[in-house]
Amino acid sequence: MELTRRKILAIGSGTLALASFTGLPAFASLTDEAIAALTGGADIGEGVVVLTAPEIAENGNTVPVKVEAPGAVSITLFADGNPVPNVATFNFGPLSASRSASTRIRLAATQNVVAIAKMEDGSFQMAKANVKVTIGGCGG
Amino acid sequence: MISRRDFLQVGMAASAIVGASGFGNWARLAAQQSLTQDQLLEFDTFGNVSLIHVTDIHGQLKPIYFREPSINIGVGGNKGVVPHVTGADFRKLYGIADGSPSHYALSSGDFSSLAQTYGRVGGLDRVATVIKAIRADRPDAILLDGGDTWHGSYTCLKTQGQDMVNVMNALAPDAMTFHWELTLGSDRVAELVEQLPFAALGQNIFDAEWDEPTELFPPYKMFERGGTKIAVIGQAFPYMPIANPGWMFPEYAFGIRDEHMAAMVEEVRAAGAECVVVLSHNGFDVDKKMASVVPGIDVILSGHTHDALPEPVQVGETIIVPSGSNGKFVSRVDLDIRDGRMMGYRTKLIPIFSDVITPDAEVAALIDEQRAPYLAEMSEVIGQTDSLLYRRGNFNGTWDDLICDALLSERDAEIALSPGVRWGPSLVPGQDITREDIFGVTSMSYGQAYRTEMTGDFLKVVLEDVADNIFNPDPYYQQGGDMVRTGGLGYRIDVSKPQGERISNMTLVNTGEAIDPAKSYVVAGWASVNEDTEGPQIWDVVESHIRKLGTVTVQDNTNVDVVGV
Repeated sequence: MELTRRKILAIGSGTLALASFTGLPAFASLTDEAIAALTGGADIGEGVVVLTAPEIAENGNTVPVKVEAPGAVSITLFADGNPVPNVATFNFGPLSASRSASTRIRLAATQNVVAIAKMEDGSFQMAKANVKVTIGGCGG
Repeated sequence: MISRRDFLQVGMAASAIVGASGFGNWARLAAQQSLTQDQLLEFDTFGNVSLIHVTDIHGQLKPIYFREPSINIGVGGNKGVVPHVTGADFRKLYGIADGSPSHYALSSGDFSSLAQTYGRVGGLDRVATVIKAIRADRPDAILLDGGDTWHGSYTCLKTQGQDMVNVMNALAPDAMTFHWELTLGSDRVAELVEQLPFAALGQNIFDAEWDEPTELFPPYKMFERGGTKIAVIGQAFPYMPIANPGWMFPEYAFGIRDEHMAAMVEEVRAAGAECVVVLSHNGFDVDKKMASVVPGIDVILSGHTHDALPEPVQVGETIIVPSGSNGKFVSRVDLDIRDGRMMGYRTKLIPIFSDVITPDAEVAALIDEQRAPYLAEMSEVIGQTDSLLYRRGNFNGTWDDLICDALLSERDAEIALSPGVRWGPSLVPGQDITREDIFGVTSMSYGQAYRTEMTGDFLKVVLEDVADNIFNPDPYYQQGGDMVRTGGLGYRIDVSKPQGERISNMTLVNTGEAIDPAKSYVVAGWASVNEDTEGPQIWDVVESHIRKLGTVTVQDNTNVDVVGV
C-alpha cells in the first residue's frame, strides 16, 4: 500500500494527525532575501514588536497570529518555512488608533514566523516566533 | 509478610508528608512507629486562607494501586531537578526512609512488596473524609479540582462522566479546569458544565472561530474568604486538539496563552484580588516556565503530569504545588494573605492510604450507587497476573507491553503502537485482572484499535515527533505525556539531541533486522486522534488476549535503549 499524506492523516497512530518534517526547510534564505529587500539592509532592532502566535499549531492550515508595534507605519509578516515566505503587509495611517493586526496563516511545517515593522522614523524593528507543527504526543 | 492489622498497630514509619514547614518531621514521625488518620491529617493551621487541591483523578472512585515512575527524564533547564528525580534518588533528596509509607506513596522501587504492606491508595470516599476534616478546621477552605476527572474508568465511560460529576458534586468543589473531559465531546461537556454548581474555568479556552474567550469557560472566579479576596484563574490543558481528537470539540481553541494569563492576573489584581491562584493543567515544567514569565501569581496548583512532591517548588515569588493523580493525594495549602500580598504559606501533601483513612459513609454510598448498575459486568475476572502491571515511566510500562502484545497477536501485526498516557492504576502480582482493571488503563471515547501499514521512514517520523513533545528543552513545546509505547519495534533514543536526530537503530524485535525506511510494515495501534478510525475497541482486544493467556507474565522490556540522559 502506498502511503499518501491523506492516508496517513486518515489512519493515525497513538496520536498521529499531521505529518511534519523536522528541522527548518531551505526556504529560510528566501525570507532573509525578502527582509533585506524590505529594509534595504538597514539594522533591525528588537523589543518594540509584540508577535503573538501559538507555540504549537492546533491546525497548520489556519494558525492565528497577532502582531502589534506602537509607532509602526507598516508591519510585514513572513513565514520562513513556507515556499512563498511573504504572508502580508499591514499599513497604518497617522490616524490609526492602534498599530496592530490579527490574521490566520497557513504553515507548511514547523518554522519561524517573523514580523518586521517599519517605524515612523524610518527604522526597523522585528520579532520572531517559532511555531511547531506536530503530530502530537499523548496527554497525561 | 506483615498483615494489614499488624501494620496498622506497629507500622513501619509514619507518614505525614509535610511540605515547607515540616521538613524535620520525617524522623519524628518515623520514630512514632505508627500511621493513623490523625497523623495524616495533622496540620498546624496557618494564615487566613486554605486551598484544597485534587487533580487528575481519572475516574478512580475506589482505592487502587498506583506505582510512581522509575524513569522520568528532565531536559534543558529541568535536567536532574524535581519532578525528574525518581526512586532512591528521590528518597535521598527528601530524606525519605526506604520502606516507609512515604517511599511507597511517592517513589518507585520495591513496589510490589510495599503494596502488600501498605495496601491501596485513593478512593473518593477517603478523599471526602480528608476534605471534610480540613473544612472542619477551616470552614471556608477553597476546594479546587485540576481536571482529568471525568475520564478513565468503566463507569465513567458508560455514564459519559455522570458518575464523576455526581460524586464530585458531593465534595462541593469551588472550581475546576479541564483536559480529558473534552473528549466526551463538546455537546456532552456543555451539558455537564451547565449543571455544575461550581465554576468551570479556563483562561486559555477560546472560541476557535473568533479566537476570543468563551462564555461556558470563564477565565477566573473571585472568592472572598478569610477576610481577603482570592482570584482563582483556570488554565486548561494547552494542547488538547493536538494530543486528543480536536474533531470532538471543534468549537474550542487552546494554547498556553501566557500573554492572556498575564492580562487576567492584572485584571483580577485591579479588581482587588490580594491573592492570585492558578488552577493549572499545564504540566509541571510548563507551570515552572509560566511562573517565570507571568508576574503576580502567588500559587500554581499543578496538574497534568501526575507529579507528587512533598513540598512546593518556588519560582520567583510563585509556589507550585503538584498533587499527584488517581485520587492518591490531596494537597492542603494554607496561606497568610495580608496587605495585598502572600506573606507566607504552609503546605501538606496528604497521601490517601485507603486502609488508614476512614471512608466517608455518605460518599461511599454514593459511589456504590454509581457503580451498582455496572458492577456485575465490570467485576468479571478475565485472568490473573504474575507480574506487576504498571504504566508510569517515560518508556514502556508492563501494562503497555501487555497491551502491545495484545495488539500484535489479536490484530496480527508486526509492530504495535500504544499512546504514552500517564493514567491507569497498577496491579500487583497475584491479583485477578477484572474487566474494570482493563478499562482502567484503556477506557476513552476513541479507543478503536486500527490496523494499517506504515513505512519505516514514517515510523521514524512518528517516534521523532512524539519524542520532541517530551524532550524538547523548552517546556512550552512539551505536551506532558510519555513516549509512544512500541511493541515488536526496538530503537535507541538520545534524549539530548534535537528533533530528527534522537531516534536510531530501529529494529524489528522478532528478527533483529533493521527497519527499512522504504518498506511498509503492518502496524496496529489505538487512540488515534483521527475521525473515522476503524477497528475493535482496545479493551476488547486486550480482554481477548488476556483470556487466552489465563495468567499474564510480562518480562522486562529491553527494546528501548535510552542514551544522552
